[in-house]
Amino acid sequence: MNRNIARVGWTAMGLLVALVVATTYWQTWARPALGARQDNEIQRVAEFEIRRGAIVARSSGSSTPGDRAVLARNTPREVGSKTLYFRRYPQGRLAAHVVGYSTVGRARAGLERSLNDVLTGSNRSLGSLVEQQLDSLGGDPIVGDSVVTTLDVDAQQVALDELGSRCGAVAAFDPRTGRLLVMASTPSYDPNYVENRFDEISSITADCTPASPLLNRASAGLFPPGSTFKVVTASAALESRRYTPESTFFDPGYCIAYGKRVSNFDTSRPFGNLSLQTALQHSVNSVFCTIGQALGAKRILETARSFGFYERPPLETPPDERLPSGLYRNGDLWFPTRNADVDAGRMAFGQERLLVTPLQMAMVAGAIGNAGILMKPYVVDRIVSPTNSIVDRTEPERIRRAVSPRTARDIGAMMVLAVRAGTGGAAAMSGFRVGGKTGTAETGVQGRNVTWFIAFAGPEGERPHVAIAVVLQNQTSTGGATAAPIARAVMEAILRPPSNP
Amino acid sequence: MSARTRELVNLLLAGLVAAAAFASVWIAGSGEVSAGWAAWAGLLGSLYLVAHLVVRRTAPFADPVLLPLAALLTAVGLSLIYRLDPDSARRQLVWVAVGVGVLVVVLWWLRFDYRVLERYKYLFGISAVALLLSPSVPGLGTTVNGVQLWVDLGPLQFQPGEVAKIFMIVFLAGYLRDKRESLAQGRLKDVGPLLAIWGASMLVLVQTSDLGAALLNFGIFLAMLYAATGRVLYVGAGLALFVGGSAALYNALPRVEQRVTVWLHPWTDEKVQCFSADVVDFRQYCDSFQLVKSLYSIANGGYGGTGLGQGVFETIDGAPLIPALNTDFIYSAIAQELGLVGAAGVILLYLVFVARGMRIALVAQDGFSKLLALGLTFGFALQTFIIVGGVLRLVPLTGITLPFVSYGGSSILSNFVSLGLLLLVSSRASAAAQAR
Repeated sequence: MNRNIARVGWTAMGLLVALVVATTYWQTWARPALGARQDNEIQRVAEFEIRRGAIVARSSGSSTPGDRAVLARNTPREVGSKTLYFRRYPQGRLAAHVVGYSTVGRARAGLERSLNDVLTGSNRSLGSLVEQQLDSLGGDPIVGDSVVTTLDVDAQQVALDELGSRCGAVAAFDPRTGRLLVMASTPSYDPNYVENRFDEISSITADCTPASPLLNRASAGLFPPGSTFKVVTASAALESRRYTPESTFFDPGYCIAYGKRVSNFDTSRPFGNLSLQTALQHSVNSVFCTIGQALGAKRILETARSFGFYERPPLETPPDERLPSGLYRNGDLWFPTRNADVDAGRMAFGQERLLVTPLQMAMVAGAIGNAGILMKPYVVDRIVSPTNSIVDRTEPERIRRAVSPRTARDIGAMMVLAVRAGTGGAAAMSGFRVGGKTGTAETGVQGRNVTWFIAFAGPEGERPHVAIAVVLQNQTSTGGATAAPIARAVMEAILRPPSNP
Repeated sequence: MSARTRELVNLLLAGLVAAAAFASVWIAGSGEVSAGWAAWAGLLGSLYLVAHLVVRRTAPFADPVLLPLAALLTAVGLSLIYRLDPDSARRQLVWVAVGVGVLVVVLWWLRFDYRVLERYKYLFGISAVALLLSPSVPGLGTTVNGVQLWVDLGPLQFQPGEVAKIFMIVFLAGYLRDKRESLAQGRLKDVGPLLAIWGASMLVLVQTSDLGAALLNFGIFLAMLYAATGRVLYVGAGLALFVGGSAALYNALPRVEQRVTVWLHPWTDEKVQCFSADVVDFRQYCDSFQLVKSLYSIANGGYGGTGLGQGVFETIDGAPLIPALNTDFIYSAIAQELGLVGAAGVILLYLVFVARGMRIALVAQDGFSKLLALGLTFGFALQTFIIVGGVLRLVPLTGITLPFVSYGGSSILSNFVSLGLLLLVSSRASAAAQAR
C-alpha cells in the first residue's frame, strides 16, 4: 500500500505546487495587464498613494522665458492614516483633451492614462525600483516622473477663444519636427470637475448635439473633409505624372458623377477653360471630379495612405482617443478592393464616405509644407525625474516621404495662391508665407455645414514653422469665412508670440 | 533532542514569526505597538503551549512539526483577519481557543488507542450522510449566499459538512481496510457501496448546490480508494462519473453553470445578461465581480507585497472593494499584503504539513491508520487547492475555507479534530518504530 500512498502524496504536493505557479503567474506575468484594466479600482486606489509626476507645458513667452504652465499637479490630502495625492488641473479646460484626467471614480483619460506608468514611476529601471522600495519602507511616498509637453499654451488659449461657443477643433504642429503645438477641441470641459461634479460636465451644451465635451474632436472627431481633400487628390494627380499644374480642364460648372449632377460650390460663374493650379486656387469641384474619375479611387486613396490615412495618427495620447481617417462603411474603416465600389468623382473633392480628423488634415498640410516629408507628431518633449534629470527626450522622427519634393513644391505653391488670391484670403499674414485650403462639407441641411481650413505658414524663404487644421461643425457659411480666420489667429500666436514685457 | 522538545523549539520559532506579524499589523493600524499586541501574542502562545503540554502527555512520539505549523497558520490567519476586521478576529481567537480545547479532548479521549473508532465505522458513515443532508431539513437549515450549508442551532450557526468530512474519512478508512483485497480484485458486489457514495455525493450536490464540498469529499474518497486498492481504473471511473454527473446537472443547477461560466470568461467586452441580477452589464461588474477584484488584489501585491496592514481593500471612501475577504478570499488578502514571497511561503507551510502527513501514512503500521492519515492529509491538500485554486482562477471558484487560516468556527474546529487524529496516528507509528 505504501507505493500507492506515496503516489497520492506526490499528487497532493503537486496540487499545492500548482498553486505557487498560478500565484506567480498573476503576480508577475499578468500583473501589468491587470493593472491597466479600467475596472481595476484596487490599482487605482493604490496609485493615489504615489506622488504622481506633474504635466507641464512650455509657455511660449507671455511670462518669463523658461516658465512652464503647469497643466496637472497634485494636492495631498490625509485620508485615514494615509496621505493620498489627488490631481489638480490649474489650467482647467485649456488643454483638457490632451492632458485628460486621473480620478478615483472615473478612471483616466488623455496623457494621464497613456503615460500612467511614467507618471507613477512604475516603468523605472530595476535599480531605481529597488531604491523606490527602500523609500517606501522608510515611509516616503513613491514619486513619479514629470512630463514636459510641446504644447504652446498661449496659442492653445487663442484657439479655444477663437472657437468660442462653436463646436470644433484645432490641431497645429511644427511640420519640420512633428512637435504638437495646439490641440484644442470645443466644447471643452474642466477636468477638475470629473471626480465630484461630473454632472456639470454632462450638462454642458453647445451649438451641436450631442455636445460630447469629453470627445477630443482634434484627433477622435471624424468629419467629412470637403474641399480640403482636394490637396490629396491634386497630389495624387501630380504623382501620377499624368497631370502638371498647368494641365488645362474645361469647367462646365458641374460634374456628372454616377448620373447625378454635382454642381460647383459657386454655380453662378463657370470657369470655362482653366489650369489645375487655378482649380485648386478657386476650389473648382468639376475639375477634381474629372481627375478622380480618371485616376480611380484606389490611386487617390494610396496617396492619402502615404499622408497617414488608414492608420491611427501617432501621438502619445491613448490609441482609442485617436481615430484613423479614410473611407468609412457602416461605421468601419474600409479600403475598397475595386475602383467600381467608390464614386471616385465625388470622393476626389471630399465627398463620398470620407471621414477625417483635424490632426490628419494638419499632417497633410504639414507634409506639403515640409517638402513632402511627413514627420511623426509628438506631444511629449521630455520626461523628467523627481531629481530633475532627463529620463527621456523625444527626438523628431520622420514617418515617410508622403509625396515627391516636386509635388510638394507645386501643391504648396497652389495653396499659397489660394491664400493670396483665392478662397483662403482670410488667412493671409503680412511677412509670412501662408498656404492653405478651405473646405465646406455640406450635409444637405441648412446651417449644418462642416467647414475647414488647413494651412502651413512660416517666414518667407524658410520651411513652414507651423501646419494647422481647423474644423467647425454646424456652420451656415464657408470654410474661408469661418475657419480661415481662426487658423490665422492661432498661427499668428505661434509665429509672432507676444513680446516679453 | 526528543520529538516534544523539538516541537517546543518549533513552536517558539512560530511564536516569533507570529509576534512580528501581529506587531506589524498593529503598527500599520495605529502607528505604535500597544499592550493589545502583547495580549494577543501571549494569548495565542499560551493556547499552543497548553496544546503542547497535552500532546507531551497523550501523544509523546508524535510528529514535532504539525502543531507548530498549525500554530503558524492560525497566527497568519488571525493577523490578517484582525487587519481586515478586528471584531471578527476576536471571535476567531475564541474559536481557536475552542479548537485547541477540542484538540485536547480528542487527544485525551483517544490517548490509549484511537483505533476504537474503526469499530463504529458504519455509524460514522451513516452520520456523515445524515449530517451532509441536515441543512436541507426544513426549519434546520439556513441559506447563506444561495448555498445551503448551514444548520441553525439557535444562537449558533454551524456547517455540518466540515464534521461530515471527518466522519466520512473515518468510515472510509475502516471500510476500505476491510474490503481492499476484494476491491482490488474487482468483485462487482463490493463496488455497490462505492456507487452509493457517488450517488450520495451527487445528492448532496443537488441539495446544497455546493460544488466545492462535493468535489472535496469525492476527491478524498478517490484518493483513499486508490491508496487502498492501487487501481487507477477506479480513479478514472470515479472521475468520469463525477464529471459526467456534474455535466448532467450543469443545466439543471443554474448556480453550477454560473460558476463555470464565470471561471471561463470572467471578463466580457460586451454587456451580457447577468445570472445574479436581472440586469445586462459587463460580467466583471456583476457575476465575476468577486473573482476579478480578488485577482486585482493578488496582482497588486507583486513580488514583495504591500506589507501587512498596507494593502488596498477599500475605496478612498472606505467602502469594501472585495467581498468575503476574511473567509473565501483570504488568500487574495495574503497575496496582496505579503506578495509572492509571502503567499508562496504560506503555500509552503501547507506543503510541509502535507508532506509530514503523508509520511505518517507511510510509517503507520496498520491499514486503518494508514488510510486515516492519508485521508485527513489529502483532505487538507485538496481543500487548500480548491479554494486557493478557485481564487487564482485555476478551477471554478467555490466557497470553502482555507484550513486554519480562514475566518469560521466550524472549519477551525474540524481542522483541530483532524490535527488531533494525525498526531495520535503519528505517535503510535513512531512508538512502534522505536520499539522495534
